[in-house]
Amino acid sequence: MEVRDDFPILKRKVNGKTLVYLDNAATTQKPKQVIDKVSEYYKEHNANIHRGIHKLSEEATNEFEETRKKIAKLIGAKEDEVVFTRSTTESLNTLAYSSLRSLGEGDEVVLSVMEHHSNIVPWQMLQEKGVKLNFVDINPDGTLKMEQFEELINKNTKIVSIVHASNVLGTINPIADISKIAHDNNAIMIVDGAQSVPNMKIDVKKLGCDFLAFSGHKMLGPTGVGILYGNNFDNVEPFLRGGEMIREVSLREAKWNDMPWKMEAGTPNIAGVAGFGEAIAYLERTGLSKIRKHETELVKYATKKLEDLVTIYGNADKTGVVSFSMNAHPHDVASLVDSEGIAIRSGHMCAQPLMDRLEVPALSRASFYLYNTKEEIDKLVTALEKVQKVFE
Amino acid sequence: MDMYEEVILEHYKNPQNHGKIDQPSADREEYNPLCGDKVRIQLIIKDDKIEDIRFQGRGCAISTASTSLLTQHVKGKTLAEVKKLDKDDIVKLLGVDVNPTRFKCVLLGLKTLKLAIYQYLIDHKKHVEEKEFKVSDA
Repeated sequence: MEVRDDFPILKRKVNGKTLVYLDNAATTQKPKQVIDKVSEYYKEHNANIHRGIHKLSEEATNEFEETRKKIAKLIGAKEDEVVFTRSTTESLNTLAYSSLRSLGEGDEVVLSVMEHHSNIVPWQMLQEKGVKLNFVDINPDGTLKMEQFEELINKNTKIVSIVHASNVLGTINPIADISKIAHDNNAIMIVDGAQSVPNMKIDVKKLGCDFLAFSGHKMLGPTGVGILYGNNFDNVEPFLRGGEMIREVSLREAKWNDMPWKMEAGTPNIAGVAGFGEAIAYLERTGLSKIRKHETELVKYATKKLEDLVTIYGNADKTGVVSFSMNAHPHDVASLVDSEGIAIRSGHMCAQPLMDRLEVPALSRASFYLYNTKEEIDKLVTALEKVQKVFE
Repeated sequence: MDMYEEVILEHYKNPQNHGKIDQPSADREEYNPLCGDKVRIQLIIKDDKIEDIRFQGRGCAISTASTSLLTQHVKGKTLAEVKKLDKDDIVKLLGVDVNPTRFKCVLLGLKTLKLAIYQYLIDHKKHVEEKEFKVSDA
């Protein structure tokens, strides 16, 4: 794709070699349009939002709320259904902390073994209240055992929270089907979209979910901006309390503001949100379906090239992610390819339960985005061949 | 590839003092939070000296080689001497350029060894605090 010139960092050298950035599932690089937007915000518009009467406050508020409109349009939601947080993790914690008040003994939550820690650890809190966690297992190809949803979801199930695309396996899960089973049993359907919203056209109505959590920094935006979509926040307690989220405060009580502001206490990451608006504009100009097609091509190419060299985990329809093991430990693999200027991820990738399930201590992962090329994959293959020789 | 000198690869492929002690005086398992790798260190301690040391578990080349070199280094040393060892000592033992992102791997063995000694001293009613045995990777 003709986008590389927009990304200044792709020109830098690492260990004397031109950077090959293949850690996009952790965070993506930023185009100059986004970097410039953040800089412009501070140079021209910086003020606190929803508070001041002055011109700058009006402009800052506009920047912030314009991004909310763009996000709503991007995922097929209404503006007041889009809440800004710091991260996907904070979005999921908002829901888990709220459930801590409403759920108890006899209630159940259904998750899967391929969840990121951020969609497991917050729910573990509910166990203190006697809530039972149930986990759907995976098939050898990295897909979910769909029949287990039918078995595990019942009238006691209050929440089903499932990742849309696995950060390790890349597997794209059939969320619409799972939502249907959840709703047939009156459970709330929550989706971790951190790895899917950046890579494909999402429509929350088609997913049929009640909540969707994702992050701006995995889709060209600045760090520190998370999103929580929800079609009904009536029963969601504000996670943070303080400024902006109130309508009326006296010494002993407070009334909440309207949606979405009741969920947004404190001064948010306004510059980051403005930058994220520019990131969405960039992705829409490029076209999410084109990005998805490009990634699929790269995964296919990488899989073919790497097949004989490494063991790949996850062979289903997937995002731009190739996780693998080889004759060297993942940390040694990552260190050795780093000396060739290639950035890949290694470790448990915040999915230790999945590593246990796959019976590996850790894995290496190359993950692609719109600016990656087949030539970069060739460089990775050459570097991995060297690693294999060092350890044979 | 400066970190992967012959000495590291040699100790990785043939780790020294790898194995098990049947009736150890101290026994401790720790893990690397970066990747979940585990290492277990067992000791025979006599007169406050490390008479024998063995480790189990295979991690990455850096952690395995560091632990292997460490076990060679501390055999015969007093507990007080081992307690003083820190990051710089292990980096010196390795003798290669260590990338700071790998300090947790380098120090996994030392962290485990020091906690094994701490546990031993507590079990023998010595007045020590755990923080005295922490290994800093900063």
